[in-house]
Amino acid sequence: MARVKARVKTSSLGVKIFLYVFMALMAVFILGPLFWLGIHAFVTNWTYPNLYPDGWTLHWWTRVFDDSALETAIRNSLIISPIVVVVSMLICLPAAYAAGRMNYPGRKIFLIGMFAANSFPKIGLFASIATLYYALNLIGTFVGVVIIQLLGTIIYMTWIPAAAFAAVPRNLEEAARDAGASKFRVFRTITLRLAMPGILVAVVMSFLASFDEAQGSYLVGAPQIFTMPTEMYSLVQNYPIQVAAVFSLLLAFPSVLLITLARKHIIGGQLAEGFQIK
Amino acid sequence: MTDQTQEEGLILNGLTKILGGRVIIDNLHLTVKKGEMVSLLGPSGCGKTTTLRMIAGFLIPDKGDIRLNGKDVTLLGPEKRPSAMVFQNYALWPHMSVFKNVAYPLKVRKLPKEEIERRVHEALGVVNLMHHKDSRPGQISGGEQQRVALARALVQEPDILLLDEPLSNLDAKLRVKVREDIRELQRRLGITTVIVTHDQDEALSISDRIAVMNAGKIEQFSTTQELYDRPETEYVANFIGSLNRVEGGYADGKVVPGDEIVGIRPEDVIYGATATPGAFPATVSLVVPRGHFSEVYLKRDDVELRAFISVDVPRVGDMGFARVVKALVYKDGKLVRVA
Repeated sequence: MARVKARVKTSSLGVKIFLYVFMALMAVFILGPLFWLGIHAFVTNWTYPNLYPDGWTLHWWTRVFDDSALETAIRNSLIISPIVVVVSMLICLPAAYAAGRMNYPGRKIFLIGMFAANSFPKIGLFASIATLYYALNLIGTFVGVVIIQLLGTIIYMTWIPAAAFAAVPRNLEEAARDAGASKFRVFRTITLRLAMPGILVAVVMSFLASFDEAQGSYLVGAPQIFTMPTEMYSLVQNYPIQVAAVFSLLLAFPSVLLITLARKHIIGGQLAEGFQIK
Repeated sequence: MTDQTQEEGLILNGLTKILGGRVIIDNLHLTVKKGEMVSLLGPSGCGKTTTLRMIAGFLIPDKGDIRLNGKDVTLLGPEKRPSAMVFQNYALWPHMSVFKNVAYPLKVRKLPKEEIERRVHEALGVVNLMHHKDSRPGQISGGEQQRVALARALVQEPDILLLDEPLSNLDAKLRVKVREDIRELQRRLGITTVIVTHDQDEALSISDRIAVMNAGKIEQFSTTQELYDRPETEYVANFIGSLNRVEGGYADGKVVPGDEIVGIRPEDVIYGATATPGAFPATVSLVVPRGHFSEVYLKRDDVELRAFISVDVPRVGDMGFARVVKALVYKDGKLVRVA
């Protein structure tokens, strides 16, 4: 009995060691490039065979902020993405409500079809859209880029809120009606409020999808409209690697910020509480 | 027929509801007097919740009308009716504090802030929950959530209070306490109340009158005592309390051959070791202890009767005498006589 126990213990120790080594390797694999990037944004030069960077500098940051092309790209991204999210909400949330709460013929096809459209390689889709854009004079326009980025957000902005709307217990709405609230008031104060965590998730996902979108934006936007991700293409070719590193960090910043904020609101908020009582 | 001239209280007149091609409620009549507490009692699927939802306004009847204190409310939406409902699972809004949950109906009515505050405090005081006014529903116990739901209904000062299986989510001990609380409160405030339940104990102990429902109809509507002593149909007799059901006739305290149904309450079967007038010999075939009494199965020839005995409980195999003091005789499901 004691021996069996001991053997179990050794084997679990072996598993533990293996897990730790595996985790360490994964950490290097995932964090290594980020680490490399983070360092490069602040060094004068760091190349093989030197173990340490030659020196530290903030020069690359000032260079990014002084470069008018890069600055325009940042401004474009920060303007386009919020617009895309808002337009996406206006178009998709009513659709999400319908898909989540009502039963109509073709509802399933509508939801699955949206997935299907997203499962094809996008570049083919963009290429055909580009021809359409030429006909409609949308190539190289602000509206054109907004529309192309909108496409990528639709799936998030319909599926997630649809599930959130469907999950709102009906009797919470009935209770509000019974208490004297009109249908619209019930929607505003109960339904929308309870679906909010799901909608927030969709907003974050859509923002990131729009903010990171490069293929389509490049195809229909360049060379008139550059966003941060499309600017990256020329950066990698035409600028020192350190500038690209700075730019990558800038590109990652809104994502990290948004996810941190959303995490606090979504996981720490009423979601856990709210679904205790159905 | 329902008394059409009575203006106070609730009158359901010939309600019919068809859902999914099935007749759920079939020409239902019911009158609840002002200040009265009435139970709709029946098994699941008998239409009691559908009836309540029609009274609340969540369903519109296909036929018939609903009058509340003399006003026809049949076609009014739930937000326009002077009724307040307590839902089976309370339906508290998880994103609002207890205070805000109770204040919501008053806010919707656009009452001044001071009045809202006063009335919410009053309602929370009535259900003894002032100390939880800033808690979220998720942070308080099931019994407390139940009371919040009650306060949210009472704060509206409704003409009629509707309770949909309000106790079914509470554990047995709490259920008895809360049901006494509800009864006490209902009496004190004199509020007309309709409660839906499938639990006969609950219905018997809480209501002034009980409507026993079966397949979309009311089988019998009367007081607790009457329901027990004189169940008008075999269904009611079976549903309320316990019943020995014997096919045959009944004469001189004995079941005789016949084409009727004889229903005998186990407490109306008296067992003794010695013969008494009208008693017949019987053998004890099974004894099931039930706590403060025992359920004793008495056998004579091919008929078996259950009796509830609390003192001098016999043992299996004992031979003695049984006497029936009261029997309900039914023909075609309807009561023909009480003997």
